[in-house]
Amino acid sequence: MTEDIYVYIDHFKGEALPASWEAVGAARQLASELGGKVIAVVLGESVSELAGTAIAHGADEVRIVEDPLLAEFRPEPYADALKPVAAESELLIFPTSGRTRELAAMVGVDLETGVAPDVIALEVDGGQVVATRPIYAGKLLSKIVSKGKKPFILTLRSRAFPKPEADASRSGDIVSVEAEIAAPKSEVKGYSEAEAGVSLTDAAVVVSGGRGVSNNPKLTPPADISDEKEIEIWKARQGFEEVEELAKVLGGAVGASRAAVDANYIPYSHQVGQTGKVVSPDLYIACGISGAIQHLAGMRTSKTIVAINKDADAPIFKLARFGVVGDMHEIVPALTEALRERLKG
Amino acid sequence: MKIVVCVKQTPDTAATVTVEDGKVSWGDAPLVINPWDEYAVEEALRIKEQDGGSVVAISLGPEDAREALKHALAMGADEAVLISDPAFAGLDSLGVSSVLAAGVGKVADVDLVFFGRASVDSDTGITGSQVARRLGWPALTLVSKVDSLDESGGTITVERMLEEGRQQVSSSMPAVVSVVKEINEPRYPSFMGIRKASRAEIPVWTAADLGLGQPPEPALAWPEIFAPAKVETQCEFIEGDTPEEIAGKLADRLLEEKVI
Ligand SMILES: Cc1cc2nc3c(=O)[nH]c(=O)nc-3n(C[C@H](O)[C@H](O)[C@H](O)COP(=O)(O)OP(=O)(O)OC[C@H]3O[C@@H](n4cnc5c(N)ncnc54)[C@H](O)[C@@H]3O)c2cc1C
Ligand SMILES: Nc1ncnc2c1ncn2[C@@H]1O[C@H](COP(=O)(O)O)[C@@H](O)[C@H]1O
Repeated sequence: MTEDIYVYIDHFKGEALPASWEAVGAARQLASELGGKVIAVVLGESVSELAGTAIAHGADEVRIVEDPLLAEFRPEPYADALKPVAAESELLIFPTSGRTRELAAMVGVDLETGVAPDVIALEVDGGQVVATRPIYAGKLLSKIVSKGKKPFILTLRSRAFPKPEADASRSGDIVSVEAEIAAPKSEVKGYSEAEAGVSLTDAAVVVSGGRGVSNNPKLTPPADISDEKEIEIWKARQGFEEVEELAKVLGGAVGASRAAVDANYIPYSHQVGQTGKVVSPDLYIACGISGAIQHLAGMRTSKTIVAINKDADAPIFKLARFGVVGDMHEIVPALTEALRERLKG
Repeated sequence: MKIVVCVKQTPDTAATVTVEDGKVSWGDAPLVINPWDEYAVEEALRIKEQDGGSVVAISLGPEDAREALKHALAMGADEAVLISDPAFAGLDSLGVSSVLAAGVGKVADVDLVFFGRASVDSDTGITGSQVARRLGWPALTLVSKVDSLDESGGTITVERMLEEGRQQVSSSMPAVVSVVKEINEPRYPSFMGIRKASRAEIPVWTAADLGLGQPPEPALAWPEIFAPAKVETQCEFIEGDTPEEIAGKLADRLLEEKVI
């Protein structure tokens, strides 16, 4: 057993999640208090390039498992591959993604140890690592410690920890590890509809639309649509175009309330909130969103919140740093223009 | 097709949750079926309605945790079982997963086990994968659609919703499936369903019934649970005579405060 801190580098087809480097940064910080090395763990078919990038971001060494069975991520072969490395570690840190939630869960079972997902803060208290994670949709926070089983497994929420700068001059050992990987019982058949644009959870700016996107009185729907529901959806799509334009000017991603998703204004992959995605951008702009508690659950940790709503009593204003009481169909396009002018050049 | 759905009882998501004497309290807010689990029950029922078979809802919880199971029965589940034993108090997901895996084993001859994406109280979202690992069955998480199901060939193909897009995965059965909200629109329990559920006998399985000794001790401890520091945001309302004037002022303030 060593005091080293192990960090799993999550990637999609060889492309590392930004949160992977945030996790390396958080491990560096812990190592500076606890001593020990930061060891990155990279799994895949042919991923040696990632190993180098991990060192540039602050890892001292890398453990790498390369195997054709790891070409596509499936949690079972990845858990098999991770097991020998995880078994050596006392503290194993993952970034949080759909993949790592499965992987951390399975390694937890394999080594009969505890898993704390979605950690937003870390501290060292008397030589012990104390993690903080939200529970009850962020209404409460819970501190979590290991009762001594090894390793203590954590997944860190995206954007909760600073991303370290890469330094190409850093160097370190890259060690190949052998693992026994069972042939998986499931297989990735393919992908459809890859998400275009900026990923919601990694975005520094999120602009979201709610039920208010659908009621622009200035719009005249095309003559061939007569059904009321269809007219509403058509109007809402125009409304989301306003939201998208604003997001584009800011290099941000588009979010939505559940009401907008349920009304078929926009696909579910955009939903922010308790039953959607949790985002924590530097800037969150809520357009035509009331601010129901389940929506707040997905965005309350945003650094600066701007609300545009025609109802001055909408609860979203209680959380907002800046507010505009007005019609989003007037304000949002004007704001897009104002920002475009100021940000150009 | 034999399908198990794991359902948990959680406080209503609209509840005000506080900490009193170090313990979490949700006042007199009702305990309901974990909202994610309704989607899991619905999908299991749809598969049964199409391909035949039965749906068994199981829940691990204290003796009085029957609301979630009654809801599943009222929606149309054929059976419900409460797994409860003083030895199961205070488990973390490591323990919960070992108990639920034993529960699935006792139901026997199961083809599919459905889970919600996460429980809205602990927000962990790992129990499904852990149960899968214990059973040695493939885990299909974040499923937004069951594309096809071939009972005789023992395969299932699903669409999963990842950050990077939609992914198609095919798998052998038995398998564990956890669902996201997009998969369906859960039905409301019918009047008949509610009547049936209120009269149903819900058997209780104990540690001894499951042939389990002591499940794994919690690996984690929670030394402190607290309310997040109240951020006193004073909303600065931007006003003006025209949308352009308001937008210009707002843009200037965002730049001044270095928000962008
Ligand atoms: C179990 C459960 C889980 C849930 N999960 C989520 C979740 O993950 N995410 C989520 O968002 N919700 C969730 N909800 C739903 C949530 O309770 C609210 O119903 C939803 O967030 C409301 O969306 P909204 O703000 O767009 O709509 P509304 O509440 O209808 O608000 C629309 C707002 O837009 C304003 N408005 C209308 N027109 C304009 C205009 N032209 N210009 C400016 N303002 C305008 C109105 O004043 C109003 O404030 C959940 C609910 C439950 C019970
Ligand atoms: N005590 C329990 N009894 C039955 N099912 C559970 C229990 N806890 C969790 N689950 C299931 O596991 C899913 C994920 O829960 P969690 O990992 O706690 O977020 C839930 O949506 C349920 O389907």
